Amino acid sequence: MTAPAVTVDPASASGDLPGADAGSAVQTRALTKRFRSGQVAVDGIDLSVPRGAVYGFLGPNGSGKTTTIRMVLGLVRPTSGTSWLLGSPEPATVLSRVGALVEGPGFHPYLTGRANLLRLDAADATADPRTAARRASEALERVGLLAAEGKPYRQYSLGMKQRLGLAAALLRPRELLVLDEPTNGLDPQGTREVRLLIRELAQAGTTVLVSSHLLGEIEQVCTHLGIMSRGRLLLQGPRSVLDQRGVTRVMVTVAPGHVATAAGVLRVLGLDVSAEDHALNAELGALEPARIPAALVHAGVDVVGFEVRRPSLEQVFVDLTGEGFDVAR
Amino acid sequence: MSLAETPTPATAPAPVPSMAAAYWRLQRSELRLVLGRRRNLVLLLGLAAVPLLLGLVLFFTQDTALDGQGPAFLGRVTGNGLFLVVASVFLCLPFLLPLTIGIASGDAIAGEASAGTLRYLLTVPVGRTRLLLVKAVGALAFAAAAVSAIAVVGLVAGAALFGVHDVTLLSGDTVPLGAGALRVLAVVAYVGLSLTGLVAVGLFFSTLTEVPVGAMAATVVVAIVSGVLDTIPALSSIHPALLTHHWLDFAEFLRLEPDWAVIGGGLAVQAAWVAIFGALAWSRFTTADVTS
Ligand SMILES: Nc1ncnc2c1ncn2[C@@H]1O[C@H](COP(=O)(O)OP(=O)(O)O)[C@@H](O)[C@H]1O
Ligand SMILES: [Mg+2]
Repeated sequence: MTAPAVTVDPASASGDLPGADAGSAVQTRALTKRFRSGQVAVDGIDLSVPRGAVYGFLGPNGSGKTTTIRMVLGLVRPTSGTSWLLGSPEPATVLSRVGALVEGPGFHPYLTGRANLLRLDAADATADPRTAARRASEALERVGLLAAEGKPYRQYSLGMKQRLGLAAALLRPRELLVLDEPTNGLDPQGTREVRLLIRELAQAGTTVLVSSHLLGEIEQVCTHLGIMSRGRLLLQGPRSVLDQRGVTRVMVTVAPGHVATAAGVLRVLGLDVSAEDHALNAELGALEPARIPAALVHAGVDVVGFEVRRPSLEQVFVDLTGEGFDVAR
Repeated sequence: MSLAETPTPATAPAPVPSMAAAYWRLQRSELRLVLGRRRNLVLLLGLAAVPLLLGLVLFFTQDTALDGQGPAFLGRVTGNGLFLVVASVFLCLPFLLPLTIGIASGDAIAGEASAGTLRYLLTVPVGRTRLLLVKAVGALAFAAAAVSAIAVVGLVAGAALFGVHDVTLLSGDTVPLGAGALRVLAVVAYVGLSLTGLVAVGLFFSTLTEVPVGAMAATVVVAIVSGVLDTIPALSSIHPALLTHHWLDFAEFLRLEPDWAVIGGGLAVQAAWVAIFGALAWSRFTTADVTS
């Protein structure tokens, strides 16, 4: 099936803006990549990452996230379309203000973690060599790798490698961090630490574009979301957008004997109720959820439990595509 | 990952390094990477062992084991240690030096691609032209180190085993030690410059693939095929343009009057290969998608 292209962000919805939106850290216009194999990895997407946002770029494996990031960073040439990084159509001119982790870490296996960072710093024409050692130490400290800085990279565990990749992105103060699957290979504790790090960086004013194929892992830290499927951006915008996309339900549990009264109260509020034992379940619709317990108590119903179930990201994805969140191709 | 704020001392805005300083910082890092890598050091040690082994064999047999085979200078080693340098270089030229060059230059870009470090260098950002230049200089430096390793060990071993004397040239004339040593140095320099074309070929192959071994093998194959073609008389019309055709012209420096036209011709052919394959490598690398 062809997925509907739903774009909620008004900034990119018009599609005919003349140039980069100055408020955007990353902006693309009809960005498309067709590989020589014929595979259309990215299919005309209009990405818009506002400055200061933590933008969760979500989608199953193979949905085109990495290819999009590669184009945005100037590693891969778009087949058509344009992209702006920090307002510039030429990534090379602004990349020193961008920290990037693309498709997993990549370092020289026989060099130590520290030597690898210094190698990258030596490549940076705008970095001050006199502060290189200090900045490397700070970055290593920040990702909790200082103790292992002297080990050759090949002896690192997957999680340590990922941390070194993050350290490289943090070698200098950055305006924008592009983190492609930063939690890959990390244990739950490591994943939590990455979330904390992202939150901390965002609080300091850094814009973060973070991709993941695991919906739940980073969703919580994101202020904005973009959902990819089969090369298309299905949905993007502030997080609240999700609540508008999917169905929010309420669950009410009441004392035995109060089920019929409770169902009556809910019907009066305009809800379509289905009951199961002591639990009542209804689509919330436009109703203000706080009115429900109040009305129930007012009618003398003993309320045991009350829960508002917002649509999960997974549910929204399934609603949008009619597919599960699996490798699409 | 610590949540503690990492205090950044208030510093004046760091001066942006000059372009030249920035270039040399990366170039030094590249030279350290190439010359510090264990595999490359083993290669250099292997090459350095050639003059040592050759010298020892000739010393203990003390005969003319190589007499009558190959060029005349091979037979002169036992009489003059300086010739050990020339003989060793001659022995390494057909295969060992091309192998070394193939490994160093084929690895240049493809090695970074396969390690996944290329995408990180490019997003630092390093301009692609600058990176290719840095890589080319790194590979050339390694070629120079390879030839120097043979020459230095050859000189030391030759002097220790056979002593150094005035040099009897191929024509039978003798030149004093100083002038002779200079001629041997010229032989070594010519051989080093003769390898630049192969470095460019390897660099080009290195931009085509993410598999370094593939680029290395292809580079060595080019040198070998060139050598084979050079022996087929029916192809004599293309011989002068072949990558390896002029490699043995270093012998000119061992004549009383070197023919500078021959030497210049050999170097011009290398320059042409460098120009063509350097341009190919540049046009490929500056436009390629980096999907590694
Ligand atoms: N170099 C390439 N050549 C051909 N197809 C590719 C290449 N890189 C990626 N693809 C294809 O493009 C699609 C998107 O891949 P990718 O951007 O890596 O997705 P994601 O990062 O979301 O997992 C996949 O179907 C993948 O097979
Ligand atoms: Mg990916």
